[in-house]
Amino acid sequence: MFANHPTLRYIAGRAGWYVLTFFVAVAINFWLPRLGDANPVDTLMSRVSGSMDAKSARDKEESYLKEFGLVDLDAKGQIVRDAAGVPVRTSILSQFVRYVGMSLRGDFGSSIVQHPRPVADIITTALPWTLALQIPALILGWFIGNSLGALAAYRRGVFDRVLYPMALLVSAIPSFCFGILLVYLFGIQLEWLPTLGGYDDGMNPGLTWAFIQSASRYYILPFLSIFLLVVGGQAIGMRSMCIYELGTDYVRYAKLLGVRESLIVRYMFRNAMLPQLTGLALTLGGMVGGALIAEMIFSYPGLGLSMLTAIQSLDYPVITGCTLLVTTCVLVANFTVDILIGFLDPRIRAAREGGH
Amino acid sequence: MSLDAYRRVGLAYLPPTSEHWLGTDHLGIDMVALLVAGLRSSLYVGFLAGIIATTLGTLIGVYGGYKGGLIDDLLTACTNLFLVIPSLIVLILLSGSLQEGRSLTLIGVFIGCTTWTWTARAVRAQASSLRSRDHVALARINGYGTLGIVFLHILPYLLSYLFMVFILQTASGILSESVISMLGLGPYDSISLGNLLNQAIRNEALSDGAWWAFFPPMVLITVIAFALYVINTSMEGIFNPRLRK
Repeated sequence: MFANHPTLRYIAGRAGWYVLTFFVAVAINFWLPRLGDANPVDTLMSRVSGSMDAKSARDKEESYLKEFGLVDLDAKGQIVRDAAGVPVRTSILSQFVRYVGMSLRGDFGSSIVQHPRPVADIITTALPWTLALQIPALILGWFIGNSLGALAAYRRGVFDRVLYPMALLVSAIPSFCFGILLVYLFGIQLEWLPTLGGYDDGMNPGLTWAFIQSASRYYILPFLSIFLLVVGGQAIGMRSMCIYELGTDYVRYAKLLGVRESLIVRYMFRNAMLPQLTGLALTLGGMVGGALIAEMIFSYPGLGLSMLTAIQSLDYPVITGCTLLVTTCVLVANFTVDILIGFLDPRIRAAREGGH
Repeated sequence: MSLDAYRRVGLAYLPPTSEHWLGTDHLGIDMVALLVAGLRSSLYVGFLAGIIATTLGTLIGVYGGYKGGLIDDLLTACTNLFLVIPSLIVLILLSGSLQEGRSLTLIGVFIGCTTWTWTARAVRAQASSLRSRDHVALARINGYGTLGIVFLHILPYLLSYLFMVFILQTASGILSESVISMLGLGPYDSISLGNLLNQAIRNEALSDGAWWAFFPPMVLITVIAFALYVINTSMEGIFNPRLRK
């Protein structure tokens, strides 16, 4: 079916590759937290068992074991026991199979700290905040950074001499330092903008005018901290790509022919853009990571903060739920970029249509 | 003035004085002493992570690029796979799983093991272009084995490039350590710049206006990373004659 439809075949090939990557990510998400000897049930028990006698503690523990899928169940849903009456623990492999099944359904189990609140519920409350903050900041930062980089390469001179070292310095500042500086300067010293949270205390999230007004005031600083970092990183990359393009034969030829300058810049921009797009796949993970940290600094009610509180309280189901979701988002974004490159890059297009 | 990163010298968050140049932290420990200790750990983690990531990436990249065929395909697939999975996420999962015994060395090893991917990719591209050079073919005719060719006839050509990769990996190792420590997943056994920041933020240094508790560690991290970037850029100018003015 794909044989005589090169575009479909290209997309299917990339999709297959990303599905494979997704399964590896799920496996990493399952196995890495289990490297140590942390066990959600032990953590939960240590939180609740203080005031219990031995019998009710054991009952409680067994109900937790059942809930987290750590024991074998028989056909009637009862816990399978060995001769001594001790519950039989599920093998780690069947736990893994169960985990994969649950992840695919979007079920990440329930939180330990906010037990019995489902992780999926925590995530769906946090996700809109993260998306609303990160997507505009990353996309806008990417466009503006690239334009500035191209400008710096073409103009050289003072513009480049000032802009390039500045961009280099900005990219050397760790993302969270940037956030801390913004909080300290504008939030605490100047008291211009609120720094902690996503909206004023005592407000209910909703589509009211007062809420949007309050939320947008809290939006500015986290947005800036992500946006500026992306601009710095992208400008550096684009500048060196454009300088490389400046030395190529087609630019020199076009100059000799007396082609208009704006047209040459356009040619250059298009050629330098492709490696930048490909580079996006490499840097996207890092950018999203930096953006998550920014959320933590500003206590922005998104995934980053959920992850931070979960890390601090050892809430493993929430940690793995968040990490899996973030990984999935990065994979989806990368897949989109891949497809985009496939359509934009004439070389890949030609290879496809040539029927390789 | 004596420097001891474990001894209290005064009250919490004392502002800078002539005796304690950068004041004290939330426990009343001299900040200069803490910074010196933190700098040592951060440089150690950075170099360790840089060495591991560069070695791993180079071996995988050179071997795959020279060998070609199925092995190359497998190694490339593996590299690309870990390239798109955010390394910060893997790092969080790894360090989060080990509660005790999360030593400075272990953190460095973790960072090295999660950031080798782009080195492998770049090195592979270079190695596969060197593969068809005449001198490699001659070496093969003279009966050199794969390892002999890789180490004697391909790696030397990449050395200048690898040196720059190592510098960048060291910078990113230092940054990664500070990020992971900021999250509270840093080493338990030592003071690092990231740990200092984490402590400062957790203990209200921001709202107390104690800039000396968080600003100097940030400046140090930034200066190290910036210095390494600058070294890298100037090395590029030396190694690549085309860039010389």
